Amino acid sequence: MAIEVRDVNKSFGTTPVLRDVSVDVASGSLTALLGPSGGGKSTLLRVIAGLEHPDTGTVRISGVDATRLSPQRRNVGFVFQHYAAFKHMTVFRNVAFGLEIRKRPKDEIRRRVMELLELVHLERMADRYPSQLSGGQRQRMALARALAVEPEVLLLDEPFGALDAQVRKELRTWLRRLHDEVHVTTVFVTHDQEEAIEVADTVVVLADGAVEQVGSPSDVYDNPANPFVMRFLGPVTEIGGSLVRPHDIEISAEARPGSGAATVTRVVRLGFEVRVELLVDGREAWAQVTRGTAERLALAPGDIVNIRPTPGARSLTLTGA
Amino acid sequence: MAESGTVHENTTDANTTDPNTTDENTADPNTAGESTAGESAGATARNRTVRPGGGPRGVSRYVLRVIAIGYLFFLLVLPVALIVWRTFGDGLVPFVEALTSPSALHAFQVTLVVALWAVALNTVFGVGAALLLVRHDFPGKRLLGAFIDLPVAVSPVVVGLALILLYGRFSPVGGLLESWGLQIIFSTPGMVLATVFVALPLVVRSVVPVLEELGDEQEQAAHTLGASRFQTFLRITLPGIRSALAYGVVLCLARSLGEYGAVAVVSGRLVDQTQTLTLFVEERFQNFDQPAAFAASTALALLAVVTLLLTRLLRPKD
Repeated sequence: MAIEVRDVNKSFGTTPVLRDVSVDVASGSLTALLGPSGGGKSTLLRVIAGLEHPDTGTVRISGVDATRLSPQRRNVGFVFQHYAAFKHMTVFRNVAFGLEIRKRPKDEIRRRVMELLELVHLERMADRYPSQLSGGQRQRMALARALAVEPEVLLLDEPFGALDAQVRKELRTWLRRLHDEVHVTTVFVTHDQEEAIEVADTVVVLADGAVEQVGSPSDVYDNPANPFVMRFLGPVTEIGGSLVRPHDIEISAEARPGSGAATVTRVVRLGFEVRVELLVDGREAWAQVTRGTAERLALAPGDIVNIRPTPGARSLTLTGA
Repeated sequence: MAESGTVHENTTDANTTDPNTTDENTADPNTAGESTAGESAGATARNRTVRPGGGPRGVSRYVLRVIAIGYLFFLLVLPVALIVWRTFGDGLVPFVEALTSPSALHAFQVTLVVALWAVALNTVFGVGAALLLVRHDFPGKRLLGAFIDLPVAVSPVVVGLALILLYGRFSPVGGLLESWGLQIIFSTPGMVLATVFVALPLVVRSVVPVLEELGDEQEQAAHTLGASRFQTFLRITLPGIRSALAYGVVLCLARSLGEYGAVAVVSGRLVDQTQTLTLFVEERFQNFDQPAAFAASTALALLAVVTLLLTRLLRPKD
């Protein structure tokens, strides 16, 4: 294990932020800490980096107890949401910072920095200042800077949070490819479930300072441990006291085993997919179908149709709902 | 977000069109009164932009200007000009002679020594206190902030007396220090202390806002990259506050060079020993050596102008 977090508790004043958190991160993996804001995921990342101290519990990095080590001695790379670029230094000096602190020879620094700048496609920006870069370029520079010191683990705190949607998507795929090239154990924090599922190979879902579920992206999506995880990882709708994914609902004209009657209240076309809003036993629900299905059934508001969860689809029974 | 944006645009539109229409109403009689009937709408529009309002408002503006300029003239320009005129009235030679007398040179030297010590101490303390106030939480933080501003409110003479009470020969602290051979009052250390006190807030107050704006993420990033606290301070924090610090240092220097009251009390005004330039001016003036007093005054004023220019150059841009 590259990182072992055991029974970590942390409070800010009287507010608990992390409650008995234990997480293992495998060497060479790309792990997402996913959860709503205020769920404690950033604090957990900062505890791993040594930027926060846990009240109780331990953190081991590469088998060494790092709980009491300062960030300076943990050899982690940390990338901040708002880049934390050294504004008074050029891109080159930013990336070289960790190596200069380690008093590496000048030509080695030069070679390594140019290598990294090539890796993040900033080799032509070496002499610019951070203020002359776009947000995406600044974040790539920050990443190169963190990688320069060859960290045991790379920690990214909402790395794409401050970027616009287009750049964000590009950087996501790019991060995944970068990880496949560099193989450094990486943990990143995000509140975007799509980002976590697309980029990570392990997803840790955190809410209210506690770990809700750990698993592969398809695992947490298909087999959510509880209604919270199911709701957080994708769209859900409620039918007959169960949580179901809207794309796991079959609509048909005639009754089938396990189906029930529903009234179509609205049909919304969203490009390829169609959102069908329904009334089931007086409660609102919705189903996601393809355009073909909607056209074949000629769905229109007021129609009475039969619906059922697709056989084998994951559903969660809600207690007390 | 988008919704509130459009609403905002609408209201500003309404605001900009409203005054326009009222302007037109008030401007119309004016232009009708002073111009020929055949003038085009374009000409009235030009009139409006060249002289907004016109009439009574223009008069009041000129009155205000005259008052402001006259006020500054009698308060600032005339006195300083008189001093410069008196200084150079008989040419450069008396000026140079007055400033190169042994007493004047000594006063220069004392002023410089005291000011440099005070600036050095205030810079170190100022940066430390600013870091403490911005980067750390501790009980009594607000109290420290209030104490740092205290020298602005307390009269320098009171500061001087307080220092004499504490460090004077007949006080326990002063007596003890003197038994160790360290004389504070009527000597350079006391003058440095007095100057440090009156210029205390200048560095702190110019550095604190910049330090707040800088945030601590860059420092944290440096830590994770392996930099120690001291390395982080030297390589990240100090360059970040560089211009604000320089601004504060120059302000502090200006205040230190010009300080009179507190230094007058603790120095004992010993000619050729503890006499600073400001004290020299006063003493020469009292002894009817006006050329020397004026020459030293001009020198002080020139120093002030230079520091003022420096602060202009160094002022942190917002």
